[in-house]
Amino acid sequence: MSPDMIGTYATAICLLIGSGFVIVGVIGLLKFNDPMTRLHAPTKVGTVGIGMLLLASMIHSFTLGQTSLHELLIMAFLFVTAPVSANFIAKVGIHRRACDTPPKPSDDTTWSTLDSPDPAPAADGKQA
Amino acid sequence: MKRLYHWLLPHPLLTLLLALVWILLQNELSAGMAVFGLILGIIIPRGTAIWWPDQPKGLHLGKMASYTLVVLWDILVANIEVAWIVLTVPNAKLKPAWIVIPLDLRMPEAITVLAGTITLTPGTVSADLSDQGRCLLVHVLHTDDPDAVRDDIKSRYESRLMEIFT
Repeated sequence: MSPDMIGTYATAICLLIGSGFVIVGVIGLLKFNDPMTRLHAPTKVGTVGIGMLLLASMIHSFTLGQTSLHELLIMAFLFVTAPVSANFIAKVGIHRRACDTPPKPSDDTTWSTLDSPDPAPAADGKQA
Repeated sequence: MKRLYHWLLPHPLLTLLLALVWILLQNELSAGMAVFGLILGIIIPRGTAIWWPDQPKGLHLGKMASYTLVVLWDILVANIEVAWIVLTVPNAKLKPAWIVIPLDLRMPEAITVLAGTITLTPGTVSADLSDQGRCLLVHVLHTDDPDAVRDDIKSRYESRLMEIFT
């Protein structure tokens, strides 16, 4: 087998694995029925799913002879920003009481999201 | 001379990192781009030095590398486990749980890295921090034994981070 063939097969395999994980993430997003469990699906798409697609892109660029390492940056930025957005969605869920109330922290008095002077907004979304 | 060096390069490693990011953004390695990256790497840390008052106290590059490898491996394994849960466990049998992790880490940077690691590993999402920053709230997708998950996170990630951020 020539290096070209190996590169093409490696690209195809990475693409298949990546899209497999993305589709499992989407199934999870559709299947689960409360906001907190739904939040778990995108973390999977964001890590191995996108990671494998970007790896496929890198291998492809190497087989074509045009070295491209942009993808490493995309991966780094994704890994840094994905937890922040997930954390914000979780905080909104806790603040709106859209999920089970979390247990009390063992060392401190309360969670920082629940520690607000405003009364909790209604969970039906009518209150601004 | 030493003061000039500190004024010009408040964070030498940040300078190197910015130059590297610039070269990667250009997607080609040439001397001109490397020099321009270094210029950016000097200007940006200088301009934002007010917001980075503290110097990191020593870098443990070996421990950082081993931590990264452990996390990447865990992401792979946990991905497959969670994919299996998504495809096979029906909603009614799903056992999500909140777990409370008492933190030994005190540095905000270290807690941020721990929370990010927990979210990146599928199956666990870090949701909130307690008001004094001494506990972390984590949501687990499916577990039979929440205490085991908590001990696992503490022994696997937090102890390593304690060594890196000392």
